Amino acid sequence: MAIHLEESALADQVYELITRASTDLPPDVVTAIRAARDREDPGTPARNVLGMLLQNIDLARENHTPICQDTGTNIYHVHYPGGVSTLTLKKVIREATVRATEDSLLRPNAVDPVSGKNSGNNLGTENPFMYFEEWEEDRLRIDLVLKGGGCENVSAQYKLPDSSLEAGRDLNGVYKTIVDAVNNAQGLGCAPGIIGVGIGGDRATSHLTAKKQLFRKLDDTNSDPDLAELEDRLYRDLNSLGIGPMGFGGKTTVLGVKIGAAHRVPASYFVSVAYMCWAYRRHSLTLQNGEVIYD
Amino acid sequence: MIELKLPASEETIRSLNLGDEVRISGTMITARDAAHKYLIEEDPEFIRPYLENSLIYHCGPVVKQTDGEWSFVAAGPTTSIREEPYEGTIIRNYQVRGIIGKGGMADGTLQAMHDYGAVYLHAIGGLASLLAESVKQVKDVFMLEEFGVPEAMWVIEVEDFPAVVTMDSHQQSLHTQIKAKSGEVANRLIHPVA
Repeated sequence: MAIHLEESALADQVYELITRASTDLPPDVVTAIRAARDREDPGTPARNVLGMLLQNIDLARENHTPICQDTGTNIYHVHYPGGVSTLTLKKVIREATVRATEDSLLRPNAVDPVSGKNSGNNLGTENPFMYFEEWEEDRLRIDLVLKGGGCENVSAQYKLPDSSLEAGRDLNGVYKTIVDAVNNAQGLGCAPGIIGVGIGGDRATSHLTAKKQLFRKLDDTNSDPDLAELEDRLYRDLNSLGIGPMGFGGKTTVLGVKIGAAHRVPASYFVSVAYMCWAYRRHSLTLQNGEVIYD
Repeated sequence: MIELKLPASEETIRSLNLGDEVRISGTMITARDAAHKYLIEEDPEFIRPYLENSLIYHCGPVVKQTDGEWSFVAAGPTTSIREEPYEGTIIRNYQVRGIIGKGGMADGTLQAMHDYGAVYLHAIGGLASLLAESVKQVKDVFMLEEFGVPEAMWVIEVEDFPAVVTMDSHQQSLHTQIKAKSGEVANRLIHPVA
């Protein structure tokens, strides 16, 4: 069952994962942006902006340069088989992070909030952020999302019931909070955004549940039919807000809505909204039988 | 499409209107959180020539240094509203003709733009590679040691840098207009009439 990890080889593979995440937007996201551009009316800022985004995506891929200069919080979600040392995995991810920063694939982004000093190499407390989960499969899977600060700043958390939104403790109440959050964000999260939602949990696990939705693909379907329906309803209604790319107005305010849920205590009902910018930098690597697959 | 050359006169800037698409060429300077605080608190004399009749770009770039020469690898805009407490005073004190950033700014800045002749030019967030290509040269850098790479003040020469006027010197803001419209729709969705 246990797999053998070659530390230096794995560091190279994580470096490659970071390179792909920073410079190469996943195909499902590019397809969604292209479809959005084609929907917008010719000659509008919305269509011009989306056209420039597509040019930028191609350029970043060709030049191996970051799609966006804010290479963000690096969020790792690692699934590992029994017998693998998470200490080793942490060490390897940190090593690859330092190298990727030296090579300008990542901007030095870890600032000590007490001293104000930038660590210069992206290492720091909770940086990069890693979430480990052991699973029964015999492969190692490392998912990575780079999430910029602008969109993190417009993310939000609600506590239901909310009287100003007339939002109760049910999925209709959840719907109202998400409409409110996306309307409040306007173009500031670099619209069109991808909306990760976490329902329930405590304050921390609610946000974590929202963030975990960002590891899903845009064209997947929620396994819970109620949540799948809510995702579709929100996708349609949020795009009727008219905020548009960059907040310049238009038909495309979001590219997707992904919702997850976690059990809560009876006294609490949180809804967390993780707004992800259009530069939805998400890749994974899977290691099995000595073979590596990037997605 | 309007060609905007730097340095720009007050008259040129006042001729720009909401929704104008511009291509900017000339020398400008980046400044974000630490730099804005510094400009207000320290009032550094040496920086004045870089700001007068030019633009401040809200940007924290990814840079590289080859044989002692700096270049921009990725250079998209950062969120401007964080600088709202400082920007009106900076526009007035340093005769800045405009701000490039994303997300727009609030009433204090809009008023200063009206009073002293300046505009807000919205760049495309996340357009880092494309915008880095329009940065032809890094001419100088200030406060690099003190503030670090993203927060340092980079003096750059740009060519055909694309942006949209979303706040003009006539007290108009596209951000206010879009927010009013989307707010009406959101209100109907959240509080449907039974």
